[in-house]
Amino acid sequence: MPLKQKTYIRKKIVVAFFLCSIVFLLLGLRLVYLMVIRSEYYTEAAKDLHERERKIKAARGRIIDSTGAVLADNRTVCTISVIHNQITDPEEVVSVLSKELGLSEEYVAGRVEKYSAIERIKSNVDKATGDKIREYDLDGVKVDEDYKRYYPYETLASKVLGFTGGDNQGIIGLEVIYEEYLKGKEGTILTVTDAKGVEIAEAGEERIDPVNGNDLYVSLDINIQSYATQLAMQAMETKQADSVSILVMNPQNGEILAMVNVPEFNLNEPYTLPEGTPEPETQEEKQNLLNQMWRNGCINDTYEPGSTFKIITAAAGLESGAVTVNDRFSCPGYVMVEDRRIRCHKVSGHGAEDFVQGTMNSCNPVFVTVGMRIGVDRYYDYFRKFGLLSKTGVDLPGEAGTIMHKKENIGAVELATISFGQSFQITPIQLATTVSSIINGGNRVTPHFGVKVVDSEGNVKETLQYPVQKNIVSAETSETMRYILEQVVENGSGKNGYVEGYRIGGKTATSQTLPRGSGRYISSFLGFAPANDPQVLAVAIINNPQGVYYGGQIAAPVVRQLFENILPYQREKNF
Amino acid sequence: MAGIRVDIRAGRRAQAQARAVQQVRRKPAENFFDYSMLFIVLFLLGFGLVMIYSTSSYSAALQYEGDSAYFLKKQAMATVLGIFAMIVVANIPYHFWERFASLAYIGSVVLILMVKVPGLAYSANGATRWIKVGPLTIQPAEVAKLGMILFLASLVCKMGRGIRTTKGFFTILLVPAPVCLMIWKVTNNLSSAIIVFGIAALMLFVSSPEYKKFVIMMIAGIAGVIALIFLIKGISASEDMNFRFARILAWMDPEAYANGKGFQTLQALYAIGSGGILGKGLGQSMQKLGFLPEAQNDMIFSIICEELGLFGGIAVIMMFLLLIWRFMVIANNASDLFGALLVVGVMGHVAIQVILNIAVVTNTIPNTGISLPFISYGGSAVLFLLAEIGLVLSVARGIRLKDL
Repeated sequence: MPLKQKTYIRKKIVVAFFLCSIVFLLLGLRLVYLMVIRSEYYTEAAKDLHERERKIKAARGRIIDSTGAVLADNRTVCTISVIHNQITDPEEVVSVLSKELGLSEEYVAGRVEKYSAIERIKSNVDKATGDKIREYDLDGVKVDEDYKRYYPYETLASKVLGFTGGDNQGIIGLEVIYEEYLKGKEGTILTVTDAKGVEIAEAGEERIDPVNGNDLYVSLDINIQSYATQLAMQAMETKQADSVSILVMNPQNGEILAMVNVPEFNLNEPYTLPEGTPEPETQEEKQNLLNQMWRNGCINDTYEPGSTFKIITAAAGLESGAVTVNDRFSCPGYVMVEDRRIRCHKVSGHGAEDFVQGTMNSCNPVFVTVGMRIGVDRYYDYFRKFGLLSKTGVDLPGEAGTIMHKKENIGAVELATISFGQSFQITPIQLATTVSSIINGGNRVTPHFGVKVVDSEGNVKETLQYPVQKNIVSAETSETMRYILEQVVENGSGKNGYVEGYRIGGKTATSQTLPRGSGRYISSFLGFAPANDPQVLAVAIINNPQGVYYGGQIAAPVVRQLFENILPYQREKNF
Repeated sequence: MAGIRVDIRAGRRAQAQARAVQQVRRKPAENFFDYSMLFIVLFLLGFGLVMIYSTSSYSAALQYEGDSAYFLKKQAMATVLGIFAMIVVANIPYHFWERFASLAYIGSVVLILMVKVPGLAYSANGATRWIKVGPLTIQPAEVAKLGMILFLASLVCKMGRGIRTTKGFFTILLVPAPVCLMIWKVTNNLSSAIIVFGIAALMLFVSSPEYKKFVIMMIAGIAGVIALIFLIKGISASEDMNFRFARILAWMDPEAYANGKGFQTLQALYAIGSGGILGKGLGQSMQKLGFLPEAQNDMIFSIICEELGLFGGIAVIMMFLLLIWRFMVIANNASDLFGALLVVGVMGHVAIQVILNIAVVTNTIPNTGISLPFISYGGSAVLFLLAEIGLVLSVARGIRLKDL
């Protein structure tokens, strides 16, 4: 039967062919859609699948003091990780890693058996240990080098510098505040791998180099800091005090030269509680103890300043015209405020005295009288003007604010107690900054450590600037204050702060800690030199000393010893 | 030498003269040979071997101790065997096979059932679809495709005008059904069942003068598929995750099932999409490095797209279109209905497999295992396909040049 007779069959074959052609065409269009329009999306998705990303840590910037000493540095450490797919002998890997790293076998086995691209076993491993593990040459075990923060001076200025965590991020102190400058930018290595994670050598690798962090230059002076630490330790031991803080700053520009808070802690082991601490029972308790250990008393804690605050009352009195240097007072050993009898520390009274003598004697009735003359409104305005009601803006985290009565709650009694530095609380840094501003000619400075930021090639990236508020007191008042405070040290209650051959100004204080009558005192001394043109201001605060607790007796000598050493040193440094 | 050749020529001339005398002084019949189709097939085979080496060398080297040509060698051997089978079949007049038509049908059924015989069954990739005889593994479904083409062609010829009746129509529609069901249920191979049914449907379409019935069937089929999709969508919304429908759900949103049924499809899409217009270059595929399962097999087209780009992919589709066009030309000029139907069957086989394979790889339809003719890795597939090409060549030789 010849096909030609069945013509419909030939037609149908042609129809079938064209139907196929149409379907082929549609599939071709589908390909165009996938390979042209969706190409970018799938290319990206496939790239994600094929590429393995490894981070290269950036070296964190160093912290360098004003003498060029490196206070915070980096040390090479290793991170040990395992790549599940590449492990050929899991038992060997588990036994070697648990032995060398001092980890439990269960822990390591858990990590090794976990099906993941790459699993970190331990970071911050000594380079020596890392090298040792590398020598075993185990399949699937990766030893990556990176950096760990290292503090060469261990405890020095620990509460100022702060330390970093596991990811090299700042936890406390300058490390936190200057995180952005210090941390740098992580780099990456992109390698192409097959489905099992084996790198394809021919594909090469794409490398984005890390950008190292910038170095931070700070105003701290390692020599002053070290010496101040020694003095503080000494004072703490001889007086069996709870803690001692010493703060040294340049009153002209707010640069902090030393900030000591003993006991300090070892920055290389920030999670080790001080020796003799009973083992905390809970994690929370341990964290509380650690937080306590890390606290920077100069900034995080407030206290009743006591008689050092008379500097502020005096400045406000002089500035407002409520008192002049020559005004005369009479101290019978107490002063009546409303129905209260506020006692002077000299029970028999100072008798007749002028304002300068009153300050030299640290006579409470004189300052209560001055405070009354200024009045609540004006006094409160001066607080604000001096910057006492706001934070100092120091470049450390967690600065505590001033705890002060609300203006409407200040009656005569409150005003009287405020006048000689009681019934409210401020931080030591606030006191030092306010006094600096009063004696430097009236410029409210911002206390600070950071001076400049320098990149890893040595180029200055930024010179740090801090706000200064001019004329919080007149130059005249400032000069008068310097004169009065010099008199306090030359002939008054602060004579233990006197240093042969230098002009020193200062003020002592002895304050009770709350609750009153507990027998706990804070004795302090604030001194500066040279008295006519202050370049250094130091505050020493001894917390809960045993035995003699008068500031003039125990705190002033600390500052004197400090000045005896650093004043010649500063003079040398400046020329 | 020359003398002998002259002698042979002289002998042939004498034979021709004798035949001419017999055929009432007709000119000696010059028969047609379809060189272009042969070229297309050989090109596809060669291209397939290159792509099999490209896609499989990396995993073969890992799997078979550095023997990166493991799959290539096996496929090359099957191809040589297949070309030999093609030459043999091409030289046998196709009417020789007509007498085996019923045997082919029964034989297919028996072979399929042998998959259940413990001693002969052979499993791979978790499916029992092969029987093993000595060193040879055969996939009965491949035999059944060829068997069905032969049986239906012979059946339609025997029916003669009976094909025009409704009874004849449904006979042809129902005859392949048992084989299809067995392939689906016994060897658990839905895709081969669909292909066998598709071949039968195309042969029926060509041999029946009807159009209306086919249009109705097509509309009903499309409506059924759409209804099914909506039904499954409703089920998935009710969180009743039926395992049976997982691959259809994965088809609708492969990224949502990236770790399950959608994995292979998604990897194929990554390969195709990342190829772009010009491709990454031969051998440069990333997805073949263990990411795409069965890269040298069902998914080879996606690697072709990744390495050779949109141009490579379209070129392969064009080659298949050319091949189908040659089938059409041969079928239309076949000297009789039996020959034409054989070619139509082969055309259906190749066309359906190419369409379904590319549709699966591009996620146009749900994922089901279908290989790309002549290119995918697979011994029995290439062996039987080449035998079918031999059959087509044999039909082509029956065409007298003057009839073209």
